[in-house]
Amino acid sequence: MVLIFLDQSEGKIKKSSFEAASYGAQVAENLGTSAAGIVLGTVNEELADMGKYGLKKVYTVNNEALNNYDDEAYTHVIAEAVKNIDAKVIIFSNNFNGKGIAPRLSVRLKAGLVSGAIALPDLSNGFVVKKNVFSGKAFANVSIKTDIKIISLNANAYKAKEGEGTAEVEALTVEIPQARVKVKEVNKVVGEVPLAEAEIVVSGGRGLKGPENWGIVTDLAKALGAATACSRPVSDSDWRPHHEHVGQTGLAIAPNLYIAIGISGAIQHLAGVNRSKTIVVINKDPEAPFFKAADYGIVGDAFEVVPKITEAVKKLKGI
Amino acid sequence: MKILVCISKTPDTTAKIAFTDNNTKFAEAGIQFILNPYDEWYALVRAIELKEADPATVLHLINVGGADSDPIIRKALALGGDEAFRVNTNSQDGFYIASQIAEIAKQNNYDLIFTGKETIDYNGSSIGGMVAELLDLPYISLATKFTLDGTTCTVTREIEGGEEVDEVNLPLVVSCQKGMAEQRIPNMRGIMGARTKPLKVSEPVAAETFTSIESFDLPPAKAGVKLIPADQPEELVRLLHEEAKVF
Repeated sequence: MVLIFLDQSEGKIKKSSFEAASYGAQVAENLGTSAAGIVLGTVNEELADMGKYGLKKVYTVNNEALNNYDDEAYTHVIAEAVKNIDAKVIIFSNNFNGKGIAPRLSVRLKAGLVSGAIALPDLSNGFVVKKNVFSGKAFANVSIKTDIKIISLNANAYKAKEGEGTAEVEALTVEIPQARVKVKEVNKVVGEVPLAEAEIVVSGGRGLKGPENWGIVTDLAKALGAATACSRPVSDSDWRPHHEHVGQTGLAIAPNLYIAIGISGAIQHLAGVNRSKTIVVINKDPEAPFFKAADYGIVGDAFEVVPKITEAVKKLKGI
Repeated sequence: MKILVCISKTPDTTAKIAFTDNNTKFAEAGIQFILNPYDEWYALVRAIELKEADPATVLHLINVGGADSDPIIRKALALGGDEAFRVNTNSQDGFYIASQIAEIAKQNNYDLIFTGKETIDYNGSSIGGMVAELLDLPYISLATKFTLDGTTCTVTREIEGGEEVDEVNLPLVVSCQKGMAEQRIPNMRGIMGARTKPLKVSEPVAAETFTSIESFDLPPAKAGVKLIPADQPEELVRLLHEEAKVF
């Protein structure tokens, strides 16, 4: 059995979990077994619909104590479920929660962990998972040698496959251990596309000269339904919040489309974005190193070019 | 109070990544190695700040690595550690490394263990959580702020879709990222002092390895950029829509 941890936020299953479910279902098929999901806490969605992503079953542990993320409680519950259903492969999204739970679970179950996986396991010679290393500059093929195996899957690395199907939903009762970490405050960003999961990202650099000029970035992002990001000097200068910083020491992302405006493309920045499927670079310096990593480029003044792109996008989309 | 900071040696952020031995080994020739930025800028500096606020604090460093880690350990000592441990092994398996750290931690009863959020080479993000589980301690991953009042810690961490403020008692393990502290540069007094600070080398304890790296690959080269004239931005939008099909 392959068990997929389905992340929920505010009672809704996250997009990255649809990817993890589709990935897990394919891993199960390749191993000749079936895939099940597990959801912790209260969810307001029809979980049987997760069958569309290939899950035969969804286990729920509907306990309010699990509504807030707690790595110890989550690890405990998932470990119990793994034992109950004899799961041999466990899939997480390699996101903030996955990074908290997967290592703990790895030790608890003596299960080898590959975090940041970007492809299905190669079963031709053992169980080898391709993962990102060197901050996106290379890949490692990692063999998991333990009986139980844990994979945490990078966002946008595996496309969610939506088909037909209904999953059987079964409630599990698991005792929840007393939390040692007390949650005092939860501040969720509402109304914005989460950067790590975004399919389109519009990003600005020092070339924009100051935070007052960010309107051209946010307008284009809005027209595209994109998330916004920035380079390190921009977040270091507090022009934009730290969580928007993408690059080697910021967030590594892999959207379908990354549009870099006024970013020269230092190697540290490229490390965080070079897994993007399509890269567009807009820069007035034709020698900017970013053009070498780009699919499309415009050499020109961002303040003139970008608003025109925004207009063209709006026209195309009829908005 | 006793603090342990876990530090790693990584290639410099500008290093060109290549492999040798039939793509099974990282090509180290000509590479400059540095203290992993997350370990240095955030974990270590925040620990130094805590020591500055309470000079009775003992600040230890641990590195799991070969003798070629010694320069980065000395740098960390120059920044402000009191004493360092190096467990002499080049293992790349997270569980094996975490087991070595947990062993040293058990001998010294730390109140606080800091790690960086990940290393910039392996990008595993797993040592902190593994150490916490091995020591049966609470774990705060991806912390952006840490304050201490007596034995109560208030920590802000990044969670899915936002942030969370937690309260937790010592002892615990924290993985640190941007926001925790600001990068510092070691001063001459620190560099001179670091030479005489203890760096204790020990051999690894027996532990399992769960994973092994079979080989490395480099991403395929890009086909080359297609330049669009600056006065035809609608052509870019058309290409993105019809050729790249990204929206």
